[in-house]
Amino acid sequence: MFLINCPFCGEREQSEFKAGGEAHIVRPKQPTELSDDEWAEYLFMRKNIKGVQFERWNHIHGCRKWFNMARDTSNDQIKAVYKMGEKPPVK
Amino acid sequence: MKNKYSIFSLIKNAFSYHENWEKAWKDPAPKKEYEAVIIGGGGHGLASAYYLAKKHNMKNIAVVEKGWIGGGNTGRNTTIIRSNYLWDASAGLYDHALKIWEGLSQELNYNVMFSQRGVMNLAHNLQDVRDLKRRTHANRLNGIDAVYLNTEEVKKFCPIINTSPNIRYPVLGGTLQRRAGTARHDAVAWGYARGADEMGVDIIQNCEVKGIKRNGDCVEGIETTKGFIKTKKIGVVAAGHSSVIANMAGLKLPLESKPLQALVSEPVKPIIDTVVMSNAVHAYVSQSDKGELVIGAGTDDYVSYSQKGSHDIVEGTLNAILELYPIFSRMRMLRQWGGIVDICPDASPIISKTSIKGLYFNCGWGTGGFKATPGSGDLFAHTIANDEPHKLNAAFNINRFVSGDLVDEHGAAAVAH
Repeated sequence: MFLINCPFCGEREQSEFKAGGEAHIVRPKQPTELSDDEWAEYLFMRKNIKGVQFERWNHIHGCRKWFNMARDTSNDQIKAVYKMGEKPPVK
Repeated sequence: MKNKYSIFSLIKNAFSYHENWEKAWKDPAPKKEYEAVIIGGGGHGLASAYYLAKKHNMKNIAVVEKGWIGGGNTGRNTTIIRSNYLWDASAGLYDHALKIWEGLSQELNYNVMFSQRGVMNLAHNLQDVRDLKRRTHANRLNGIDAVYLNTEEVKKFCPIINTSPNIRYPVLGGTLQRRAGTARHDAVAWGYARGADEMGVDIIQNCEVKGIKRNGDCVEGIETTKGFIKTKKIGVVAAGHSSVIANMAGLKLPLESKPLQALVSEPVKPIIDTVVMSNAVHAYVSQSDKGELVIGAGTDDYVSYSQKGSHDIVEGTLNAILELYPIFSRMRMLRQWGGIVDICPDASPIISKTSIKGLYFNCGWGTGGFKATPGSGDLFAHTIANDEPHKLNAAFNINRFVSGDLVDEHGAAAVAH
C-alpha cells in the first residue's frame, strides 16, 4: 500500500487507483502493415523493469483521469507523477 | 551413495542424538565450466536439474541460486496441487505433474507430505455453474477425475461452509477433484536438492547472476557474484525475476511481475480436511498439518518486485472467507507475506527455447506454479537436453505470442488471476 499524488486530486491511497501497465508504448500508425513479430512486440512484450519504470495509472475511484508515473518497482517508491502526453522526466 | 532415509536410519541416528545425519546436499564452490547451468534454486529449478541428471545423464551441471534454495516462491506459495484445467494443453501439462506427485516421496526417498485431500472449486452464480460444469466435462474427456457437486453435496463434503441462500454470493455448487490436494513446499525443494546432489549436481547458493555472456546468437556463460561460469546451455527458472535475467541477455518476455499474497492463521485443531477455492469471491483456504489455516489472496495489479502487497487485497480476501466460513470470525492471523509472480498475458507458463541458442526459459507460472513443480522440471529438462520441447510442453513455447496460438487459462483456471 502506498500513497499516490494524483495530478488532478492530490494525494490519495493507492487502492483508489488502477494500474495501466507500461507507459509510452505507441500504438502503431499503420496497423495493417505490421508483421506478426511487430504485433507481438506491441501487444505482449514488456520491459517489466526492476527499478524505475514509467507506467500509466488511472484514478478510477476519483477523477477517473489517466496520468503517468515514474516508480521504483523494487521498493514501490514514486519518483515522479506527470500528465498524459508529457515526456518522461530525465532524472 | 547417500544413506537411505527409513525407520531404521531414524532409530540408528537416535542413538547418537541425531547429531550425525549426513548433509542432504554439499556446498561446493563453482567449477570453471559446466555442461549446463540452471539459474534459480527453487522447486522448478532443482527439479529441472534432478531430471537432467537422472533421465538425460547430464551430471556435470550446476544450479545457481541468489539466496538459499527454496527461499523464494517455493517457500511462499499455498501448496495446492490440482490438474483440473480446461484446455487440453494445460490438462496434459498439469496432470503429467500430478502423476509424478503421486510417486514422488518414494522416488526421492524424501517425504514431501503429498496429501490427496481433494480440491473443491465453488460456483456462486449461474455463469460459474455453467463454466464449472463445462470444465468438469472437459476434465473427464482428458482422463482427469472431476465431479460436479450441488449445494447439499458441497455442504456434506465440507460442513463448515455457509450454504445459506441469503449471503451475498451464495454457494450454488462446485467441482471436486479428489486426486488433488497439498504437499509440503520446503520438502519438495529439499528432496529434489538431495536427489540432484547425490547424482553429482552442484547446488551453489548465495550466488547471484549478474550477466549473461553471449557470442553472437549463442550463450557462452554467466557472470556471477562468485565469478564467471562457462557453459553452453543455460536454463532460466527465475520466477518473478525472469524478465531481469532476460534483459541481461537482451531478450524481452511477455511477462509482468506482481505481488501475490498469502497468510496463515494461528494453529487450531483440524477443522477443514480439504482445499476449498472460490474464483468469484477470490478466496481459498486449506489447513496445514501444523493446524494453521492457509489462505491465498490475490495479486496486485501493478508491477512490483517488493515482495509486499496491498492491504486492501488481504482485506477483500478475508471478507470473502468470513462470509463463506463464519466459524473463522474470531481467528487471528499469524503471518502475512508476498511473493513476486511472473504472469503471462494468457496466464499459462512458458517452457521454451529462445531465439538465442543455448538459452532456455521456464517462466510465466504466475499464481499457480507450485502444483506443476515435478512436471515442469521433467519437461524443461527434456527441452534443454534435446534442444526440442516434449510434446506436453510444445504448446507452451515463447512463439505462441507471435503466432497467436495462446493457451488462455485466465478465466478457466480455478482462481481468477
